[in-house]
Amino acid sequence: MSKITISPSPHVYEDTTVKRLMFDVVIAMLPVLAISIYFFGMGAIIVTLTAVVSCLAFEWLIQKYMLKQEPSITDGSALVTGILLAFNVPTNLPIWIIIVGSLVAIGVGKMSFGGLGNNPFNPALVGRVFLLISFPVQMTSWPVPTGFSNSYTDAVTGATPLGVMKEGIGAGESVSAIMDKIPSHMEMFYGHMGGSMGEIAAVALLLGFVYLLIRKVITWHIPISIIATITIFTGILWMINPESNADPLFHLLTGGVLLGAIFMATDYVTSPMSVKGIWIYGVGIGLITVLIRVFGAYPEGVSFAILIMNAFVPLINMYIKPKRFGEVRND
Amino acid sequence: MLKTFPKGGVHPAEGKYSANNAIETLPLPKTVSIPIAQHIGAPSKPVVDKGDKVKVGDKIAESAGFVSANIHSSVSGTVVKIDNVMDSTGYKRPCVIIDVEGDEWNESIDRSTDLKKEISLTDKEIINKINESGIVGLGGATFPSHVKLSVPDGKKIDVLIINGVECEPYLTSDHRLMLEKAEEMLIGIQILMKALNVNVALIGVENNKPDAISNLQNIVKDYPGIEVHALKVQYPQGGEKQLIKALINREVPSGGLPLDVGAVVHNVGTALAVYEAVQKNKPLFERVVTLTGKSVKKPSNFMVRIGTPVSNLVEAAGGLPEDTGKIINGGPMMGKAVNSLEIPVVKGTSGILIMPAELSKRKKESNCIRCAKCVSVCPQGLEPYLLNKLALLEKNDKLEAGGVMDCIECGSCSYTCPAGLPLLDYIRLGKSRVSQIIRSRKQ
Repeated sequence: MSKITISPSPHVYEDTTVKRLMFDVVIAMLPVLAISIYFFGMGAIIVTLTAVVSCLAFEWLIQKYMLKQEPSITDGSALVTGILLAFNVPTNLPIWIIIVGSLVAIGVGKMSFGGLGNNPFNPALVGRVFLLISFPVQMTSWPVPTGFSNSYTDAVTGATPLGVMKEGIGAGESVSAIMDKIPSHMEMFYGHMGGSMGEIAAVALLLGFVYLLIRKVITWHIPISIIATITIFTGILWMINPESNADPLFHLLTGGVLLGAIFMATDYVTSPMSVKGIWIYGVGIGLITVLIRVFGAYPEGVSFAILIMNAFVPLINMYIKPKRFGEVRND
Repeated sequence: MLKTFPKGGVHPAEGKYSANNAIETLPLPKTVSIPIAQHIGAPSKPVVDKGDKVKVGDKIAESAGFVSANIHSSVSGTVVKIDNVMDSTGYKRPCVIIDVEGDEWNESIDRSTDLKKEISLTDKEIINKINESGIVGLGGATFPSHVKLSVPDGKKIDVLIINGVECEPYLTSDHRLMLEKAEEMLIGIQILMKALNVNVALIGVENNKPDAISNLQNIVKDYPGIEVHALKVQYPQGGEKQLIKALINREVPSGGLPLDVGAVVHNVGTALAVYEAVQKNKPLFERVVTLTGKSVKKPSNFMVRIGTPVSNLVEAAGGLPEDTGKIINGGPMMGKAVNSLEIPVVKGTSGILIMPAELSKRKKESNCIRCAKCVSVCPQGLEPYLLNKLALLEKNDKLEAGGVMDCIECGSCSYTCPAGLPLLDYIRLGKSRVSQIIRSRKQ
């Protein structure tokens, strides 16, 4: 009886750790990664490795030499940021641009606010939006998904279905005519289309979603509230005029809706704490996404929508509280 | 669908190693140290002196007010001294120390095991008898039982709730009582119903004790008005407010008591003690204590005289395991870690849990990742991550506004936190500060 521990209750703990949660997210992203490699070849591998290595390196360097703290890169959060950043860029993006993006994601997006848990914005999205604004040409040249033999350095590029749609509608073409020029819904579902590396294959993203739900890493509320809002909003527009508005399924399968809803809007740090707050957040992301896509200048708006709603999260947490036990008197 | 409370809760590993081991009577100790403060309320006043001879069941300390309780000798022998002894709180507190000589009981106690079903006392007499017998809540809260039965004017009670949930992992004392003393317990419940003038009593038992549920269901038919309800396993269902919500879907208002929603809650062990006091004239001087743990050789349920040192129980269960890292008075979720085996068993000791060293350490702390798991498990609908931060910053008015006083200290938030943050530690700290402020405001 030499060493007896004294501590206040509770004396037992759930075995979930931050590390386990982060690595579960990584596992959930593996199907997406696999499909991207299948369609984009070496480019997907190079982009992912570059983003992951530079995110880990920047986190380590900043913690060690600037913040003088014990580096915590083994917790898996920088790994997740790295993979997500790679998922959000085209697979022919030059290596040096990816490194700049990683520096902005980790340095500006995360460490400048105090590291994991303190950042108001999703770090990977901060990196992506920075790149989109700084390097608009490189960030919007999308390799055509020809298969594993796809070259990294001189891939044939083409527009994304969302880009084609935006341009076509702008030029006065009818939606049905545009639809003939882009992949079918089925092809989009399994990822045979141009786009950012991680956003193409709905089937792989949904697989990851199911895994995250089973492992109780996330709840269904954020993804479903976003998806439902986009479906309803674009559904109304489509029913008003199907010749000048794409159908809801098109909106769900293209661009970053599923990637954003499942992997980025659900980031613990930057999403609200209460279920009621989560609905406001999810509906907000859905509405802003559709507004940008249909009425804005960009063909895609998921990243902006998530960042904008990230900014509202502290406000939501302040005013939207869970219902307390015993708050309402039973009379 | 099984009933349960709707908001929050966790499901820790149950570890009920001693569930199948019948209650054994622990041999009498050589000496007992009986604390004069082992209930909520004023400490009792000793009525014996050094050198006095006492018998089992003799009153040795007298209730010192309405919220207080009598204390009776658990052994026969000589009072050696009244001295300070460390109890489970870690503080030295006054105890009546008695050297055991034989086992002579006060003559007024009916020691036969015959079941006495007729209840001859009136409601007032029952409450007096319970008060006289020093009965307190045996679930662990040790609130004097007669106080709960004395319903203030203007309050109407329509249901008695009996807590057989035993939601703390590891503990099995209530489970064994429901198997071995069910009939006595049901008569005890009838006595409580008579004292409260209610016609309905609901016994809530979690579904991980199917043998106890079917045992009670078989005999409860002969006891009109009493119902047994199986509940989904969910911690902290044994919390008064959560149990009332689960069974009758009434929500005790914030800062209120069960009687604000027409209910009174008593533990199954208390119901048995009430039977023994009222029907057999036996005051509360012994109770069932679970002695258990992963490495304990013989996890057991003992019938123990109050004041027996915990070391006697440990010996009877096969000795202290070599890998012992923590000794807990109570269950793993709400129990207190103690640093001595010489502390006495008191009325509120439901179990002693011995944790191996590898399970005694806390998780490593890291930054809060705002995953909101603490918010989703809080049965009181609070925001533990926020209360934790406010407590650290000493923002007392915000803590109060955030409902810190509603915290029942169940520990679900600390249990679930993936970042290993000791949320409840700081919330407790904040709570004690806020309650001081509230008290000074009233003065």
